[in-house]
Amino acid sequence: MSSTTIQAIFDDDDVLLSAVKELRTANYHIEEVFTPFPVHGLEKAVGIEGTRIAITSFIYGLIGLTFAIWLMDYTMITDWPQNIGGKPSFSFAENMPAFVPIMFELTVFFAAHLMVITFYMRSKLWPYKKAENPDPRTTDDHFMIEVSTANDVKSLEDLLKKSGAKEIKTKA
Amino acid sequence: MSHYEAPIREPLIFGDKSYHDISVDVAAPVEGKANKLWWIAFSIALTAFLLGIGAICYTIGVGIGVWGLNNRINWAWDITNFVWWVGIGHAGTLISAVLLLFRQKWRMGINRSAEAMTIFAVFQAGLFPIIHMGRVWNAFYVLPLPNALGSLWVNFNSPLLWDVFAISTYLSVSLVFWYTGLLPDFAMLRDRAVKPFQKKIYGLLSFGWSGRLKDWQRFEEVSLVLAGLATPLVLSVHTIVSMDFATSIIPGWHSTIFPPYFVAGAIFSGFAMVQTLLIIMRKVSHLEAYITKIHIENMNKVIIVTGGIVSVAYMTEFFVGWYSGSSYEDYTYLSVGAATGPYWWAFWSLITCNFIFPLTLWFKKARTSLIWSFILSIIINIGMWFERFDIIVIDLSRGHLPSSWTMFSPTFVDVSIFIGTIGFFFVLFLLYARTFPVIAQAELKSILKSSGENYKNLRKENHE
Repeated sequence: MSSTTIQAIFDDDDVLLSAVKELRTANYHIEEVFTPFPVHGLEKAVGIEGTRIAITSFIYGLIGLTFAIWLMDYTMITDWPQNIGGKPSFSFAENMPAFVPIMFELTVFFAAHLMVITFYMRSKLWPYKKAENPDPRTTDDHFMIEVSTANDVKSLEDLLKKSGAKEIKTKA
Repeated sequence: MSHYEAPIREPLIFGDKSYHDISVDVAAPVEGKANKLWWIAFSIALTAFLLGIGAICYTIGVGIGVWGLNNRINWAWDITNFVWWVGIGHAGTLISAVLLLFRQKWRMGINRSAEAMTIFAVFQAGLFPIIHMGRVWNAFYVLPLPNALGSLWVNFNSPLLWDVFAISTYLSVSLVFWYTGLLPDFAMLRDRAVKPFQKKIYGLLSFGWSGRLKDWQRFEEVSLVLAGLATPLVLSVHTIVSMDFATSIIPGWHSTIFPPYFVAGAIFSGFAMVQTLLIIMRKVSHLEAYITKIHIENMNKVIIVTGGIVSVAYMTEFFVGWYSGSSYEDYTYLSVGAATGPYWWAFWSLITCNFIFPLTLWFKKARTSLIWSFILSIIINIGMWFERFDIIVIDLSRGHLPSSWTMFSPTFVDVSIFIGTIGFFFVLFLLYARTFPVIAQAELKSILKSSGENYKNLRKENHE
């Protein structure tokens, strides 16, 4: 069974949003939407799942905190304990208050950077990556929906036209 | 519709703008040619920068003895400049992170440039401790790296080391926050570009951003989490800088109110620098429709609040110094001794610039005047430089041992390095203003229908 992908271009975010709702009611599968800016309510309308990237950030933060605790315990208490300015390094618990700033900084460092790296990897963003938006206007003021259908292309095109698409073409 | 916003809120985008107009206006400075004024400003900044490089090379070659430091005053202009620049570097992340969490839409017109300013200011700040080390080739000693001396580790009890971690975390996190926000805007420039070179460069910089739905979903989540992380981070940085002083036992430095007071002062000076730059940039780059009087007034309101906090801190320090009855406290930077002593001019510069002049902002007329906002922003920047100079130099000039009391005078090298960092800062900012999308246009488009003047008028006509 071969399926055809239709690309429809809109020039307004509200029209796009209502078109997406109509397509969903008519049980069409929306493959992809390209927009020049985040359109609020679009992800709910298309029905994609929520992102879990914030959870990864929390985990990375815990790794950073653990690393900070290990680093300061190893260097200051275990490997070479010194008496600096009358403040001896007998145990981690006693020195802990002085370690809080760096625990915080390393938590933030790990949480922020590893989350951003995860984002770039998951969304496939890196230098020399070729852009994949099919129409250059979708970073300016146009919006594109890609819908696939297995059987009746004509009725899909009619529906798109009725819901306000400016241009409709078949994806090569 | 979902774009409703209370009509009482003033529009944030003026004129009859469409989405495409925003792209055109933001791309215009990048696609156009630089005018004469830009080249003049750039040449001056570059000359100052070169002077600074010369002075830095001289310092490294000969040693920091070429500075005006003496036995008693062993920290002076370098640390003053360091704290001044770090403070200036607080506004950008405050605007893009704290105002994002508070859902303040007016941040979108100014956050990109404010953050650029932040990053460039933190570059300047980072130079000073490194040069002050004298033997800069040993600068990596501040990192906890295994070495052949034991290993001898860095001292994690020291606020100076906390500074290393705080500032490098702050700089790098601000940088990725800024860059991630830039991706969709670079993509817009890439897709508009007609010159092959520009297309290539912006294609490279945009990391292949395509504006997929899933990418936008992650983008927004990442921005929100980064804002949540950057908010405590920005507060921690100047807190830790203040601990460089507060954990010592020098009279005037040994003060428990330093952390909140320094953070307020940092935001105060940072917003002043944003005003200085944006009031000029909105004119030169024709962005009056996006950086409006409302933005300027809102920033002035932040300046009133933080300036007020700083003023209360001055009064507290002054009162507590007197009330303590300690004769040493009588010579600290906020005391009768300082106001009438040999550094009276530095004391009164601080009070005039940071306390008296900002009071004018209580009047709406002053707050909405572009010229006064610009003049005042420069006054505040001077005042905040004096605040750090006073804390460092006045406090050190009078210590527990009266026989060593002395004065400080900067040398040609001190002055040149300071001028050099100002030049470097403006070189970076001027280059940025010609090559980067200076307004977060993707974000701005998402508020056009709720906060644009034309859409607001349209709603008014239909409903009333």
